[in-house]
Amino acid sequence: MLNIGLGHYLTLAAIIFTIGIVGIFLNRKNVIVILMSIELILLAVNINLVAFSIFINDLSGQIFTLFILTVAAAEAAIGLAIIVVYFRNSETIRVEEIKNLKG
Amino acid sequence: MIAHSVFFYIFSLIAIISAVMVTVSKNTVHSVFFLILDFISISCLFIMIGAEFLGMIMLIVYVGAVAVLFLFVVMMLNVAEQKGQWFSSRWDGGTHIPVGLLVSLIIFFELIIVIGGWKYKPDLLNSLSINISSEVTNTRSIGNVLYTDYILLFQISGMILLVAMIGAIVLTYRERAGVKRQSYIKQISRERDEGVDLVEAKRSKGVKIDA
Repeated sequence: MLNIGLGHYLTLAAIIFTIGIVGIFLNRKNVIVILMSIELILLAVNINLVAFSIFINDLSGQIFTLFILTVAAAEAAIGLAIIVVYFRNSETIRVEEIKNLKG
Repeated sequence: MIAHSVFFYIFSLIAIISAVMVTVSKNTVHSVFFLILDFISISCLFIMIGAEFLGMIMLIVYVGAVAVLFLFVVMMLNVAEQKGQWFSSRWDGGTHIPVGLLVSLIIFFELIIVIGGWKYKPDLLNSLSINISSEVTNTRSIGNVLYTDYILLFQISGMILLVAMIGAIVLTYRERAGVKRQSYIKQISRERDEGVDLVEAKRSKGVKIDA
């Protein structure tokens, strides 16, 4: 319990990943919160990669974390731009009112 | 060792609680603040575990850029206050809640099972390629690898950032009607005849300009 190992970090990442999944599944109000949940999921993946990288003494995990960070930043910028355009066109970003595709 | 584990539990507890608050809180601005708190505590964990370069990059990129971008959009769109519960639905009365909780619980237990697999069979982890040496600092060793072995991936990630920047600008750009702006084409293609008019000026009569 007091000896922090790989399993502790992986469990933390699993908990945060699941919270992000729950945020995507249950949110019906705001698309921006869904984007934030995606950021949480990517953060959990980063925790996994860094923990493995430290505990098996291999640097490639940290390099991959850098690239994931880049892609996450690009994704956030594009997603927020799409949200701004959608809000400009339809005056709402509530999830339950976005149903143009009848899904 | 005790201090390490105590700080691990403190930071991970803060991270988990703030992650829950990101999804639960009614006000979107509060969710962005909890997202910032989450990123800060996770980067503290990274610095504790020995990946200090990534921890600092995390602070700069996420807290300094992404979270500020989120705040900017939330305040620009004026959608901060959500009316009612965050998970209630007007259409189906909330039948998606038990199903969503069940599916995410299953995902969580699958992840835990995978972690148990790593724990009881640790010799699966024998794939050393780039060793972390103890006498070189973390930043220096990442730089040594990133600019030599991973240079192509590095440049491709730069291209991804460029595409994202151009895409965001193109998506949000719009022409407003009634705004005066400079037109280079119009200025350059102007002929002498449109701009200059030669008038015979009579003595003590003056010239009528807009004839």
